[in-house]
Formats: sequence, C-alpha cells, structure tokens
Amino acid sequence: MNYIQIKDLSKSYSDIQALKDLSMEINDGSLFGILGPNGAGKSTLIKILATLVEPDGGEVFVNNINLIKNPRQIRELIGYVAQDIALDKILTGRELLDFQSDLYHMNKKEKYERIKLLINQLEMNDWIDRKCGTYSGGMKRRIDLAAGLLHLPKVLILDEPTVGLDIESRNIIWQLLKDLKNDGMTIILSSHYLDEIDKLADSLVIIDDGKVIAQGTPTQLKNKVGGDRITLKVREFSTHEESKKISEILSSINGISQIIINKAQGYSINFVVDKEKDLLTKLKVELAFSKFEIFSLAQSQPSLDDVYLQATGKTLLDAEISMTGKRDLKKESKQSMR
Amino acid sequence: MELKQYNLYFLYQETVALTKRLFIQLKRRPSTLLAGILQPIIWLFLFGALFSKAPEGFLPGVDSYGNFLGAGLIVFTAFSGALNSGLPLMFDREFGFLNRLLVAPLASRLSIVLSSFFYITILSFVQSIVIMIVSFILGYGWPDFYGLGIVFTTLILLVLFVTSISLCLAFVLPGHIELIALIFVINLPLLFASTALAPISFMPNWLGWLASLNPLTFAIEPIRIAYTQTMNLDVVALHAPYGDLTCKSCISILFSLTVFSLIVTRPLLNRKLN
Repeated sequence: MNYIQIKDLSKSYSDIQALKDLSMEINDGSLFGILGPNGAGKSTLIKILATLVEPDGGEVFVNNINLIKNPRQIRELIGYVAQDIALDKILTGRELLDFQSDLYHMNKKEKYERIKLLINQLEMNDWIDRKCGTYSGGMKRRIDLAAGLLHLPKVLILDEPTVGLDIESRNIIWQLLKDLKNDGMTIILSSHYLDEIDKLADSLVIIDDGKVIAQGTPTQLKNKVGGDRITLKVREFSTHEESKKISEILSSINGISQIIINKAQGYSINFVVDKEKDLLTKLKVELAFSKFEIFSLAQSQPSLDDVYLQATGKTLLDAEISMTGKRDLKKESKQSMR
Repeated sequence: MELKQYNLYFLYQETVALTKRLFIQLKRRPSTLLAGILQPIIWLFLFGALFSKAPEGFLPGVDSYGNFLGAGLIVFTAFSGALNSGLPLMFDREFGFLNRLLVAPLASRLSIVLSSFFYITILSFVQSIVIMIVSFILGYGWPDFYGLGIVFTTLILLVLFVTSISLCLAFVLPGHIELIALIFVINLPLLFASTALAPISFMPNWLGWLASLNPLTFAIEPIRIAYTQTMNLDVVALHAPYGDLTCKSCISILFSLTVFSLIVTRPLLNRKLN
C-alpha cells in the first residue's frame, strides 16, 4: 500500500532548479532509498518531506494527509535526521533527548521509557551523560538518530545518515534501520553510497539533476541493465583516440553493448556482455588482431552505479567529481536558513 | 495513528522546555550573566567616583551622582540583555538547531519567541536586582514598595520592546557577525543619547531632543523617580524640549512603543517561523 505519494514536485532556489516535476510513491513499512550524486536534489526533496522547505509546485501526501496544507499533522508522523547534525553542544545527550521529547509533548512515563530504550538500542550508555560538544561524529549521529526516533514516528526520514562515520557506528545504524523496518516503520533514506542503498533499500529512486532517472527495487534495476559489466584497459592511461578505436572494435562484436569511454578512469572502456555468450575469448582475438594488448580487464555483476551509468552516461563518482567546486555550499546553506 | 489534540498544556510544555534549555546554557556558560552584572557595577563605581566631588546641587533632586546614575544603569543592563536576546536564535539558525524545532509538531511556534522573552526578562531582573543591591550598599538608595513595582513594570516593557526587535533582527540579518556588529553600533550611542548619564539640561539642544525621543529615556526617568522620591505617577519625570512628561506619560509611551513593536514584528516572525 502506498503510504507516501509525491506528485510533480518542483523547487527552485533563485537561478537553480533543484527539483523538476518529481513523482514517486513509497510503500508503507518499506525502506525507500533515494540515490544520487551531490547536488542531484536529494536534500531538497528530503527537506520538503520534513516540512522544512515549501515546494514551488506539486503535491505530497503522507497517509492521505496533504503535507503542504497540514504540515503540523505530518510533523507528528515523521522523524527527521538531518545531514548536518545540529546538537546543542552545552546539553548532555540525555538532556537533549529530554528536551526533544518535550517538543513532541510526551508524558513523563513515555519519555523515560523511550529514552532508556533508545540509549540501550544505540549503545549510548557510556557517554549519554557527557556534553554533546565532546562527542565524536559517530556518537553525534547516534544521538541525532535517537532524537528522531523518540516519539516513535510512522515515517523516519534520514538524509545521508552515515556520511563520514566509522564502521562500528555505520553497522549499528544499519542494524537499527533493519530492525525498525521489520517493526513496520516506513524509512526514507537518502544516500550517495551505492552499497548502503543496495543492501538496505526495498525500493529506490535514482535522482539526477532534480529528476527521477530510474525507479524500482535494486534487483529490478540491476536486471534491467543486462549482463556482466566489463572494465577494459589497454594501458594504464589511454588517450581518447585510442579508446575510441577500441570501442569501434568492440561495437563490431555481437553480444557486446552499452560501450562507454570512462574519462575519469584514464579513458578505460566500460561495456556489457551478454550472460549467455562467452565473448571474452573473441574479444582477446579481435584486440590482438588490431595490435592491442589487454592491460587490465575486470568483470562484475551489474550494480546500481551501472544503472546510473546507463541512464546518464557517467558514473556516480564522475558526477560527484564534476560537481566538486561547482556548488557554493555556503550560499546553499544561507538559502536554506529560515 | 491517532493525531494529538493540541492544547494550552502543549504550548506550556514546549515553552518550558525551550526556556529550560536557555537556562542550562546560561548555567554552564555564565559569562554572559557575569559580564552583564559586572559591566554596570564597574560603571557605577567609576562614574560615581568621577563625579564624586561635584558641587552640591549639581544635579537637581538627587544627593549624589551615583544616586542619579543607578536608574540609567539598571535600564542599560536590561536593554543590553534584551538587545542580545536574538543571538541564541541566530546561532540556532546558523547551526541548524532551529530546524530541529521546526520539524517538531509544536502546538505553536510562538513558544520559540515566548521562551526568549521569558529568559531575557528573568535574566534582566536578576541582573537589575544585583545592581540595585550594589547601589544600595554604595548608599545610592532603594525604591519604596510602589517604586519597586514601577521599576519592574518599566523593565518588562523595555525588555519586550527590545527583545521583539532583536528576535526580528536575528531572522533578517544573514549571520551572527552582522547581528553583533549592529548591537555594537546601537548599544553605546543609545546609552549616551539618553538621560542615563546626564540630565537633558546638561545637553546641547539637538542631543536633548534625541534623548527625549529615546525609548531608554522613557524607561530611565520613572525608575529615577522611584529612586529619588516617594513614588507618584503624576510627578513630572522628564523636562523634554517639547514639554514636561509625568511618570505616567513616560510609562504610557513605553507601553505604546512595546505594543507597536510587537504588532510590527509579529508578521515577520510569523513568516519566518511558519
């Protein structure tokens, strides 16, 4: 059953269009992933769902409640864990949770029980009574997550919750998300970590440049892109001309498709081979005939990165690199300030 | 899931939580409180000493300069505290903590503003009481019971007036640097362009006009009356260039300014918080 419906959502910040007629549906009790490179529009979408940003157009319904018209009712249903962890450095973790529970109008008994449970669940006993200003990144994330879960929300919205975390904290958070989903909570998780979404999400959307470019379960999306992925190099750093010649050779072989020259990886060549055929021997022969030697050849099952690659012609890493330096994070932060 | 019915208790609960947070911050970082008390006390000592050899009758209606200065410093302390009240909100905006409040299903986001009012009012009262006690120990007098009522009423009005402006500035200005700069620019000139340090009769005509239009003056003069004579609301408190004003008139003007500022700033606060 669809618990959240998003229809034709759009949002602009001065000259930048962050979301362009975005539509999607999220099932009740599922873990829904939002995947995309930095600057794709994930955080804007998450902030709209968290009622922090008002969209320019479109509609959002949570449990058939119109989010734009009834934001306070929505706030009761959701828990939000922001990308930038904002804690009060002066308060202890316990005081912060106590403060948060008052904002959600919990009574004393509820408050005490929930705080105790979350402290145990997120393994915070040893440091919960220390000031938040002394916490490591992992501790901050855990207390932030606990704050988002205090009032037992129906929907938990997490914006890049494991960025920069140590493995221990990451595993604790992953396990908790799995447990919460098993308990029936709907979870929306935005991330640019492929493995995170692949391992945790029941279904996902991939967003690029404010638009949905792919939607489905991880398996469905990976199956759509076909056979095994090959990354071929004829030398460590080829030239564009050389790679172009090789791609022409490859395109003449029946059963090889989706040939892409990957500039970010030293003009390596990415392509897809049909599962049923043994094409690698033929490939070696054809390359040798044209006097090319194989420097490296890697074969892998399709990943979500391949889904992104197929849809956009670039890998997620390329997209991240191309965005580096283009975004004015200070300006974006000011724009999103109330 | 059953949605909660919102009621006044929720508004109370969230306002108390928000106010409590500000007091925990104050308890663990008391420098603001201490500086707010020490600065006027130092002024009281230094200015009191500076004019200690002034001839008798130098200032009309008071025994000493310290006796005159006390009212000005009490008002200045409350004014400075209220002017700074936007800073915690500005920091919450900048560091994203405000989003934590805005994502919560608050009964009313008015609680964010109310908590700042309560916090600053209590803080100003504590600071003012300490200054009043020090003034008393230095022999600068103590208001009678009725006078105390006037002192605290005046302070509440001033704090409400200035806090509403400061909270608006915290939303309008881009960051805390700009807010601090503005506070720095406003603070002392408003003190010097009021009757806190000298009566209007000592001032050149233009400054006298400025001082008699300055909201601080409307707070200072009734408090000065409370300090120097048996409190009477009909007694003339301010000899302004445009005419004499009684205590009642000064407080009425201050009340009107406060109501006006609350009406004017409300739409902006509503827009920013909703």
